[in-house]
Amino acid sequence: MNTRWVAMILGGLFGAVIIAGLYFPILKQRVKQTAKIQPQSEEQARRELTQSLTANPTEARVNAKLFWASNVHDSSLTPVTVELPLSNEPVLRAKQVLNTLLAGPAGPELRTLPPDAVLLAFYLLPDGTGIADFSEAMASSIPSGIESEQRAVDSMTRTLAANVPGITRLKILIHGQEVETLAGHLDLTGSFVVSPRAAQAVIAPQIDPLASSAIPFTPLTPMSASRQTYAATPEPSTNSRKP
Amino acid sequence: MLLKVKNRDDNRRQRIGHNSFGYAGFTFFMLAATFLSVSGRSSAQAPTTQNPPASVAPQNTDPQTPNTVFSDSPRPRPGLNIVVLDPAHGGTDTGARGTGGIRESEIVLQFALQVRRALESQGFQVIQTRMANENPSFDDRSAMANAQVGAVFVSLHVSSTGLPGTVRVYVNSDLPPASGGREASGLIPWDRAQAPFLFLSHKLGDFVQGNLAVRFRGSPGSSQAAAIRQLRTTAAPAIAVEISSVAVNDRLDLDRMAPGVADAIARGVTDFRPSYVVAGVPGGLR
Repeated sequence: MNTRWVAMILGGLFGAVIIAGLYFPILKQRVKQTAKIQPQSEEQARRELTQSLTANPTEARVNAKLFWASNVHDSSLTPVTVELPLSNEPVLRAKQVLNTLLAGPAGPELRTLPPDAVLLAFYLLPDGTGIADFSEAMASSIPSGIESEQRAVDSMTRTLAANVPGITRLKILIHGQEVETLAGHLDLTGSFVVSPRAAQAVIAPQIDPLASSAIPFTPLTPMSASRQTYAATPEPSTNSRKP
Repeated sequence: MLLKVKNRDDNRRQRIGHNSFGYAGFTFFMLAATFLSVSGRSSAQAPTTQNPPASVAPQNTDPQTPNTVFSDSPRPRPGLNIVVLDPAHGGTDTGARGTGGIRESEIVLQFALQVRRALESQGFQVIQTRMANENPSFDDRSAMANAQVGAVFVSLHVSSTGLPGTVRVYVNSDLPPASGGREASGLIPWDRAQAPFLFLSHKLGDFVQGNLAVRFRGSPGSSQAAAIRQLRTTAAPAIAVEISSVAVNDRLDLDRMAPGVADAIARGVTDFRPSYVVAGVPGGLR
């Protein structure tokens, strides 16, 4: 009996080894296939969902004017005309142009917004204030600095001004929350004026410093999109400084 | 929300004594002087504190002469005397970071030392918002400037972008008037304390930027407006100076800029000094 049982156990073990030997290459192949599939982050999934909702091929294609950086070392912005299917509904239209702005220009060095930032939501209040809710990457991935942060906001305000009528201000949220600054400098506690005049100005004129010291004047630069803090009523869209 | 208000009457009282002399101390010594005058005791017999403030005048031993406190104390000159220098970021907030490991919070602290020396050589008293790797809040930094009389605020930054070797000066964007007539009462809401000083801030910014443009080719000729959080709560002419950039390959490139930046800021503030007293500008005179 003992010999018989020992033989049966050995036979079973031998069979298990044979089966494992046959299954191992299959298992290895499956692991490799799984590794090839990139894990999709929550933000990527949300972006795909957002883009599929906003990009409707049946909508009329129009020439949209998007503001990206003029060059690597310059804070100015240049309008680039892109043919896009844009909705007539302001909220949807704002999402479409902002998502295109986020997707970036042909030259990545001319990008004004972080590539991994996602527009989570866009709301439009009755007073004309648009509220753009971005993912945390908007704050964490943008280059820290007054110039880069202001340029990012300017590219959004000027793009909205050029393409979405009816939006007078832009309020920026990060992951649904109001934050103090974008990346340590630019004040996000207020809202930014979305001015059609700002959208028209492309090249910043240089001012004689002595003359400008006598007569206060802000050149119509991308830097001069005025910030308004909690004004009770909508103010006229203007980009020039008060004397 | 009215977190803090500035009362101009308080400021006038503070101007009588030394700037660093606290309001409580001032009040104490005024009361003491009044008491001594009324009781007719000579000042020499008056009890004194163990560590009298340096700004207190020598005691008057002549009973015929009115006892005047602070009579010989070094009164600050009217106008601009103090520069509150703000090396931005610090502590866990490193600010901009370059690929070569350059940190904005460290660079601005080094720049601040040179700017401080240049300003002091022009006769300004300099107060720094931080002296080491620490990170006061935006409001704490603003409070240091708001507690002074005759001061300007200069915040130092190093950018991530921009043409290396250039420097830009920013002032705060326009702030709308407060609702409810709070400013008519002489109170300035903390969250928009910069509003009455925007005119002077632009002037200061243009003077400093003009001096920087001479030294650093490619820099703008005049200051620019941006919604800078640090400047919004500062109740004084305030500018932010941003140097390009942490993206330089060699840190020495930034170090070499420091003397020129320091000299330009000191000269710009000096040039601005006569403009500080501008009648008719709300908040221009304190």
